[in-house]
Parts: sequence; C-alpha cells; structure tokens
Amino acid sequence: MNASLLPNVLMGAEPAKDPAAAPDFLLAVDALTVSFDGFKAVNDVSFYVDPNEIRVIIGPNGAGKTTVLDLICGRTRASAGSIKYKGQELTKLTESAIVQAGVGRKFQTPSIYDDLTVFENLEISFPRGRSVWGALTFKRDAEVRDRIHEIAETIFLKDQLKARAEFLSHGQKQWLEIGMLLIQDPELLMLDEPVAGMSVGERIKTAELLNQIIVGRSVLVIEHDMKFVEDIAHRVTVLHQGKVLSEGSMERVKNDPKVIEVYLGH
Amino acid sequence: MTSPVQALSKSLTVNDNPYMKPMEWLSLALLAALILIVLPLLLDGFRLNLVGKYLTYAFVALGLVICWGYAGILSLGQGVFFGLGGYCMAMYLKLEASSPENTKIQSTPGIPDFMDWNQITSLPWFWKPFNSLPLTLILVVAVPVVFALVISAAMFKRRVGGTYFAIITQAIAAILTILIVGQQGYTGGINGITDLRTLHGWDIRTDSAHNILYFVNAGLLIGCILIAQYVKRSKLGRILVAMRDKEDRVRFSGYSVAGFKVFAFCLAAAFAAIGGAMFTLQVGFMSPSFVGIVPSIEMVIYAAVGGRLSLFGAVWGTLLVNWAKTSFSESFPDLWLFGLGALFIAVVLAFPNGLAGIWREQIEPRLTRRIGSLRAPDPAIAPHSAPAE
Repeated sequence: MNASLLPNVLMGAEPAKDPAAAPDFLLAVDALTVSFDGFKAVNDVSFYVDPNEIRVIIGPNGAGKTTVLDLICGRTRASAGSIKYKGQELTKLTESAIVQAGVGRKFQTPSIYDDLTVFENLEISFPRGRSVWGALTFKRDAEVRDRIHEIAETIFLKDQLKARAEFLSHGQKQWLEIGMLLIQDPELLMLDEPVAGMSVGERIKTAELLNQIIVGRSVLVIEHDMKFVEDIAHRVTVLHQGKVLSEGSMERVKNDPKVIEVYLGH
Repeated sequence: MTSPVQALSKSLTVNDNPYMKPMEWLSLALLAALILIVLPLLLDGFRLNLVGKYLTYAFVALGLVICWGYAGILSLGQGVFFGLGGYCMAMYLKLEASSPENTKIQSTPGIPDFMDWNQITSLPWFWKPFNSLPLTLILVVAVPVVFALVISAAMFKRRVGGTYFAIITQAIAAILTILIVGQQGYTGGINGITDLRTLHGWDIRTDSAHNILYFVNAGLLIGCILIAQYVKRSKLGRILVAMRDKEDRVRFSGYSVAGFKVFAFCLAAAFAAIGGAMFTLQVGFMSPSFVGIVPSIEMVIYAAVGGRLSLFGAVWGTLLVNWAKTSFSESFPDLWLFGLGALFIAVVLAFPNGLAGIWREQIEPRLTRRIGSLRAPDPAIAPHSAPAE
C-alpha cells in the first residue's frame, strides 16, 4: 500500500522540478517581479545562467534590463520572486554581502573614483581589508602590487597607474571599471553597456578584453550594439516591457518574429 | 593619453605610500615650531593661555577635516562632542573642588554648590564615576564617542546623509543645550560648571599650571594630527574619499558604507572631546555656550577657512580666525559675527580649499621649484580637489 502510494505522493507534491533548486545553474532568476508604485518594471522574469556562460540581455529602452541587474546586485529590492546564486538566495542580502558572495557589477556610466589614482582605484577593489579595521591596517604588499599590475596590464592601463582617474578618456574609464571588477575576481560579472560611447578601436579592444576575462566565470551583459552581441554572446535573452520575450542563441533570437517586430525590425 | 599624465606616470617605487610626504613633514615641522617654540617665547602668560584655548578648538577642526573634508559628512553639531568631553572633565574637577571641607557652609556638604542651591541632597548617580581620575579620563573620550556611535549608526544604517544629517546634528546640538540649561541642579545650568580648582591635588589656576597645560594641549594636538595622518594615508582614508565621490561604487566593491561613515564621525567626536577636556582644564570652566549651534558652526568655519582637506590647514585656520575674532571683537564687538559670516562666504566662493588650497596652489609650487633637490610632489596625486557642493 505504502509502496504504491509513495511515487504518486511525490509526483503530486512536486509536479515540475523547481529549476531554481537545481545546483548546476550559477544564477537562477525565478519569477522575479518588481513594481514601482504599481508599475511593473520587471514582471515575472525567469532565466538561468550556466557557469562560464556569456549571456547578453537585449531589448528596447525601458524593457527593464538595467532593473534586472539592479535587482541581482541588491540595489533595488524585489517585490516577488527569487534570485539564487549558487543556491544562495540574494534578494535578502545587503549589497556588500552580494559582492562578497562573488557577484560584480559594472554600471552604465563609468563609475570610478575621480579623485584617486588608477592604482588606488584598483587597490580599493582588491578583495581584502573590507572591514573598518581591515582597511585601517591594510598593507600594500607584494601580492596587492602584483595583482594590480597584472590587472592594469589586462585593461591596457599599465602606463597610467599613477594618473588621477578623472584624466582618463571615456573608454579608459570603462576599462578601469572593468578592471576594478576583475580584481574582485567575481564568479558572476554583470556589465551594463560596456561599449557604449566607445570609439571603434576601443570597441574592438573591449571585445578582446571581455573574451580574455570570461575564462572561469559567467558574464551577464546588457548591450545594444548587435554586432558586439553577436561577437560575444553564448545565449541571448530579449526583454520587452518587463517580460522575457524570447531566449536562445543569437541565430534563433534574430529570426524570432516577435523579436523582429518589437526590437530588431526598426 | 595626454602628455602631462604620461610624463608623470613613472614606474612605482618601493614606498609609494609613505607615512608623510616631504611637504607634509615640512608642514608638521612648521606647525610644531610655531606652537611649541615661537608662540611660548613671544607671548606673555595671558596671551599664551588664550592661544591654548584656540588650540582646543583646533581638535574639533581636525576632526572635521576627516569627517567633512574626507568622508563628506558635514556635521553642524561638533559642539556636542566638544561639550561632552569638556563636561566630563569639569565634573571631575568640580567634585574635587567640592570636598566636604570646601563646602561645609552648604546644607549638604560634599556636593557641588549648584546642586545645593537647587535643593539636591545627594550626588546623582551619573556624577559618581567622576570621583575617579582614571575613569574620568576614559569617560572624557568614551561618552562622546558612544553618543556619536549611537547617532551615526542609527542614521547611516538608514542611509540618512548629506543635508539631512547636518540638520539633525544641529538639532542635537540645540537639544543638548536646552537640556543642560534646563537641568540646572544636575548640570549647573546656563552658568555651566565653574569654580574649578585642582586636578588630583594640582592647582590648575596658577601661571605655571597654565604653561604646563599649554604644552600638554599642544602635544596632544600634534598626537591627534599624527593619528589623523595615519587614517588619511591608510586605505580607509582613500575609501572615505571614494565614498564621498561615489558611494554606490564603494558599496558594490563589497564595503559596508555605513561602517566607514560611523568610524569617521566617531573619530571626529573623539578629537572634539579631547579638545573639550583640554578647554576645561585651561580655561577653568565649561558652559552650555560651547555646546550649541553657534559654536558648532564656528568650528565648521575654522575648518573651512583652513582648508577642509588639510589637517594642518585646520589648525592654522582655527588660530587665524580666533586671532581675528579676538582682535576684531575687542574693537568692534557688534560687527564680529557679520565679519565671520562674510569670511565664510568669501572662503566658500573664492577659496573652496581654504588657506591650505592657497598654499598648495600658489606657494608650494614656487617652493618646490626653488628647492630643486626636493622631489616634486606628483600633482596628479597630491591635490584632492573638493567636491562641488
């Protein structure tokens, strides 16, 4: 009697396996909703990012792309739904705890410290001495120096280490912010329009930079430049009016009639 | 990249973050020479005691450089911490001055005179710890710091900042003044705590005591400058600058911003408290007129005139404004407050970095050019420009 009931009970209790619980996703966004005074900027959005995947989010203006990143990094609080990063719920954590869990975020406009040098900008991002006491007793030792030099080389700024960040060009500021994320060594890197406002040359260098830094981590990118998206994306998620419109490879998304109608068509 | 930056980007030397840069050593030496040698030699006892009083305000200005200049937290209530430190010291001195022999004409001998006048017959509980000198010395700093911790933690955890924070600190200064004035029996009221005589049996009213206290005060001030310098050049100092500029970025670099703001505010409170205690010792009394809104704002002006990003500038600014205040108000007492207001407006509009800014932009470059042997400070790092506010 028991033996015959058991499978039914199990199947009845969990008709479909909850994908967020599956451990193989690095990031599982599930039924995520946020409403600002009744306006649902993000409405029941679900998507799943694998380890080492580059996922690009595209969509027309106001689709809720940046809001999704804000929700993941804790800048905006979700009204409903869950965000699981390596099985850990992020919606309840503070911003700094989310960063310490391994999620790094680059903002749309370059967000760097103008009054500090490139070296100091990178040093502040070095993941050590993050408490008040830790910061007071922080030593600029060989490990820190070597890592900063290594990162500076990667982001094409090794000759500017002593320059104040405000003197950098727009593209260099973007790279510096990417470097500030890299030095944190996050497992999930979120980039909001990393090539916006860049020259063609800078764009090519950035693509090269991104291809170099994705090794061993997942990247979530918001981008409008379709050529750039095609170059880097493993999979693409299309948002429209706060909802997922389409998802899959660039090839598939490009040929999706719904996507063509609202976004790519014009 | 622009050529000046390229020219400046040298390879990193081994010690690229020294405790003090050559120019900072020079500033320290100049300041120490002034307050430890030149002024004591030039001034008579009365004037030196007056300078000693000014220097106690410099502790507050120094704290404001860290709290306001570096961390961007404008506090209009530093008088609260200056006052609390001063009151803690005054309570100890008052108890010592109110020995049963000294107060035998009172209806309750052994308690401070103002308590007796207000029909209080036993020492209130919060006065009792001030019977002990070691405990008093701890409480002088601990009481203001704990108070600062409670206020700032409550506000910064809720992300109250900027103007709102400034207004709240000002309100606290007003509240504390009203409280002290109103609770005359416990605090001495509007007159404050007066008639202080000895510190652990040592008469603080004599000329030699004034002299010694002047040097103790100057020494403590230099000690506090050295502590502030340590904080400033540590990574914490750079995080404060970063926070002032881009608070969100700091948060998304994995730091809890509130903790750092609380630290800066408490450090400023600790400095102010030491200044307050030294004020009581040198001037011989403490009153609510050093706690309220007007003194708190005056202290902000000292830091602004000196340069809110310069530890040494804060001390020079304090000395200069107070010297001006004394000489000006001796001749035109009614005009002084207008003069002070005009000075503040002039500084904010014309010299946002105060005296230190003028020094750094005008005098220092000429000085370094002349002393060619001194390694030129890297202008790409040295001047932290003030945020537009």
